[in-house]
Amino acid sequence: MKVLVAVKRVVDYNVKVRVQADHKAVELANVKMSINPFCEIAVEEAVRLKEKGIATEIVAVSIGSKGCQETLRTALGLGADRAVQIETEDGVDSLAVAKLLAEVAKTESPDLIILGKQAIDSDNNQTGQMLAALLDMPQATFASEVVVENGEAQVTREIDGGLQTLAVSLPAVVTTDLRLNEPRFIKLPNIMKAKKKPLDVKTPEELGVSTASNVNVISVTPPAERQGGIKVGSVAELVEKLKNEAKVIA
Amino acid sequence: MSILIIAEHDNANLKPATLNTLAAATQIGGDVDLLVVGANCQTVAEQASKAEGVSRVLLADNSVYEYQLAENVSKLVVELSEGYSHILAPATTTGKNMLPRVAALLDVAQLSDVIKVESADTFVRPIYAGNAIATVQSNDTVKVITIRATGFDPVSAEGGSAELVTLSQVIASDKSRFVGEELAESDRPELTAANIIVSGGRGMGSGDNFKILDGVADKLGAAVGASRAAVDAGFVPNDLQVGQTGKTVAPDLYVAVGISGAIQHLAGMKDSKVIVAINKDEEAPIFQIADYGLVADLFEAVPELESAL
Repeated sequence: MKVLVAVKRVVDYNVKVRVQADHKAVELANVKMSINPFCEIAVEEAVRLKEKGIATEIVAVSIGSKGCQETLRTALGLGADRAVQIETEDGVDSLAVAKLLAEVAKTESPDLIILGKQAIDSDNNQTGQMLAALLDMPQATFASEVVVENGEAQVTREIDGGLQTLAVSLPAVVTTDLRLNEPRFIKLPNIMKAKKKPLDVKTPEELGVSTASNVNVISVTPPAERQGGIKVGSVAELVEKLKNEAKVIA
Repeated sequence: MSILIIAEHDNANLKPATLNTLAAATQIGGDVDLLVVGANCQTVAEQASKAEGVSRVLLADNSVYEYQLAENVSKLVVELSEGYSHILAPATTTGKNMLPRVAALLDVAQLSDVIKVESADTFVRPIYAGNAIATVQSNDTVKVITIRATGFDPVSAEGGSAELVTLSQVIASDKSRFVGEELAESDRPELTAANIIVSGGRGMGSGDNFKILDGVADKLGAAVGASRAAVDAGFVPNDLQVGQTGKTVAPDLYVAVGISGAIQHLAGMKDSKVIVAINKDEEAPIFQIADYGLVADLFEAVPELESAL
């Protein structure tokens, strides 16, 4: 069984992002970049399927400028077998990403496509669902458990208020939630091995996909600054303030 | 302009997030149709017809829609989409699951988690877990949007008298089937819907110690949350996680107990109306954003708080 995994390069989740002075975008110069945490979980899940003998090959795909090759090397270090970069400017919108991935999927014919449920930069939570729609595949989003057997995937999903289990026939698209797994640390020998694994570069033109977007970003501003408040001296004072000043408890 | 909203419900009751979404639609302007897709959900349609600002309720009531699977519901919405300028759904797990499929089938972008309507084509949405706020304009012919409930005060659930239209389309889902569900049977509200949240961090020390938060949460009718540090330490399951990689919340009152205030946690809760921090380290960054800070040993302060409430 072949597994396709999509990975995105984003600002590391421990970095406090700052908005550019011109309010056009978030400052990305000299900022630590990492693999999107949900994408890392997606790669880990694919690797576990391979370790169980279910998956036979894992292909990692990333879309963006040259920097995302680093992210693909991370995926290869985790255990993906080969990688495909689609060279674009950064910040291509979800629909274009889904269309590019759909073209890759048509060539690769994977049985399972695993993506993170969302990227922690744009927070869209769209690409997996859009990809499934374009390929007319079933989807199981926000997965916390994936069991592959008998030509289907039984996926437990994190929904508001609890868990839901769906069975989707393969090929299918799965997007990962946090509880699915804890990605491994990449050992040094695997970093070395990852450098030697194949990485192809393709362009949107080769795939026949336009990356133009109908959505314009007018501005990106910092959120309203939250002012620190006061220190209270005791629990009694705290309760008094919450009742009479903030009026949030009765 | 004409707006289609996909109602959030569980086949028995219309969920409040629908009313917040209706409020967003009112700000966009135009006729609003509310689509109820489910099975044996006639009562939901009746509730929907009473909600303020609804012109028509479209009811697709069939066993194939019982679990609102994305595969067939998205196709139904696309069939109905003709003539609408906007298609909206609440940014719940149901809306987030299904609506991008609709957008892709219509070959348009989706705007996720909108918190403010600037005009019929311009919307405000948080990015980087709320650490930046983007204003975006869509030139798509149909604007497909999920609405974050906390951004809009709900319209009234009563007073409307929308026309009820029963739909006949039956679209089966043959590639996906429902196996089961396990809904949390807690008397406490869901994290993302709670008015008050009491959260614990690494300072709680252990999973057992988290139980001391339950007493306070029960008295306040609050949900219990946790920081990523507490989840990573194995104290509590991941579904309690508030933060950039967990849930984003904005309750009226957020009580952070033994939470230092890592950036990724703040990203998930800093839009709370009132923040209380209880921490024994007075240098903890959480105090920089807390409205009320109490420097104290949580194992003394929390039981004292419980009895004071």
